[in-house]
Amino acid sequence: MTDEEHLRILEEKAAELRRLAQENGLDLSAELAILEQKIAELKRTVCEGLSAWGRVQLARRPDRPSGLSFAQALCDAFYELRGDRAISDDPALRGGVAKLAGKRIAILFHQRGMTPEEQRQARFGMASAQGYWKAKRIMEIAARLKLPLLTLINTPGAYPGVQAEAHNIAGAIACCIWQMLRHPGPTVAVILGEGGSGGAVALAAADRVLMLENATYSVISPEGAASILWKDAKFAPQAAENLKLTARDLWALGVVDEVIPEPPGGAHTDLQKTVAAVREAVIHHFSELSRLSLDELLRLRYNRYRHVGSAGAPN
Amino acid sequence: MPIRRDKRDRYVEVEVGVPPEPLWVRCEACGELVFRRKLQENQYICPRCGAYFFLSARERIASLADPDSFQEFSTPSICEDPLGFSDQLPYKERVHRARQETGLFEAVLAGSARIGGIPVILAAMDFRFIGGSMGVGVGEILRTAMELAAQERKPFVLVVSSGGARVQEGVLSLLQMVKVVAAREALAQAAVPYIAILTYPSTGGVLASIGSIADVTIAEEGALIGFAGPRVIEQTTGERLPPGFQTAKFAQEHGMVDAVVPRAKLREELLRALSVLVEGG
Ligand SMILES: [Zn+2]
Repeated sequence: MTDEEHLRILEEKAAELRRLAQENGLDLSAELAILEQKIAELKRTVCEGLSAWGRVQLARRPDRPSGLSFAQALCDAFYELRGDRAISDDPALRGGVAKLAGKRIAILFHQRGMTPEEQRQARFGMASAQGYWKAKRIMEIAARLKLPLLTLINTPGAYPGVQAEAHNIAGAIACCIWQMLRHPGPTVAVILGEGGSGGAVALAAADRVLMLENATYSVISPEGAASILWKDAKFAPQAAENLKLTARDLWALGVVDEVIPEPPGGAHTDLQKTVAAVREAVIHHFSELSRLSLDELLRLRYNRYRHVGSAGAPN
Repeated sequence: MPIRRDKRDRYVEVEVGVPPEPLWVRCEACGELVFRRKLQENQYICPRCGAYFFLSARERIASLADPDSFQEFSTPSICEDPLGFSDQLPYKERVHRARQETGLFEAVLAGSARIGGIPVILAAMDFRFIGGSMGVGVGEILRTAMELAAQERKPFVLVVSSGGARVQEGVLSLLQMVKVVAAREALAQAAVPYIAILTYPSTGGVLASIGSIADVTIAEEGALIGFAGPRVIEQTTGERLPPGFQTAKFAQEHGMVDAVVPRAKLREELLRALSVLVEGG
């Protein structure tokens, strides 16, 4: 029996115990407590033992908390800004101004959508050119008002479409990277789910990059890599392993500053707990960064990216 | 590999074999067998039908720089195969083969040069080297070139020919996008002009970083300019691609480039822009 099967059986047993207790007015709390402890332990081993491909599946779960639920739960207040002022408003990439622990910030996040209708409109979080032009606009507002910038990343990638090309999606992504690098204040990026290639890096050129434990960050989807390099999408699990796209792999490579633990079983099992962990990490990094002078901040940011992958680099 | 557009305006890539180079090359656009020397003299444009073939980085630089003015930079020290990547072929082996086939260290060649007497830093990408893809090596060469251009206050000229980020270096390739944009900011800080020349192909992570944020952007006729490849768009969205999609003309009509120029006029166009951008030029 695999751990996953074992876990499912234990969960069924616990559910039955609860039902029995309720229907017959029995006190089974001692038995339940033992069972629940076992379940928690098993969930932990299942998560820790997850393959890269297993984490890709977890990161893509449709019930994984959305960018909007994170933004709303993280911030004390959030005022959404809409539209790119040239073409339209993209529901797949949203943002605005907010208060985090009483302090003003600007926030940007991908929104994959929770309902089928929302998912269709947001193209499952694949933001188009309009989304990235809007992101650039909000970054510029943050720069003018000297607000720290927080980005929450969860996208399969930028949208590949005829209109996206006509509206210069490549230029929009490049401008977001450029604007983040120039930002005159602290920037923190958190990869919540999928960090899919250009659409993710557009919001990830930050002073600190954090990742949830089961999030992924990759130059290409494992399926894409498999079909290009193995000429067969069936090799996706192997590609996922090779791409080193898990939070822990990327932390080891020095790409990610902190891996934020998820509740046993994954972020979807407990939004409150996950949000609390993300909030604590984000506040911690912002407060560290706020002690630096602007010159120092920009110098450290430049050095962080100018050395990625060069021999003798800290990573 | 030469390229052509077929009757339905799609690109077709044609294998012409690796060194020793054949004396004759078939133009797949018109079927003509072209004498290689003749093709070379004609800047790798089919003398019969005008189809564009790829230019190697060296040929590209020779076509733009003043004779004997190009001085190549030394190769950077980088982590080779940082992920230990292996698909059907170990990545190290792929790089080794690309180096043998192209005689280049990486998918971009950079150095100092003169164009019409104006000193510049010039870099040209080479599609034959793993699709001109940008990994750590390309990122380092471009960063070094731009930082030097900023320091010496020489305009930076980049000829893009790249399919995008290099898959086999994973996220490190993705982060080269950030690296080259950071170096581009160094150019901006030094008020040094940057001119990009987009050729076939200018796509993916290279277009979505350094390819899209030049001060002056010139497209070569026959360029392919787009974020996502035509096949990816068709497969993901089921959309039908309009005629002329992602051509140089499409990019111009959508406001992405300043000029579209035939290969034979590229040097002249570049010189015209440079002489206006450079003080006393
Ligand atoms: Zn021909």
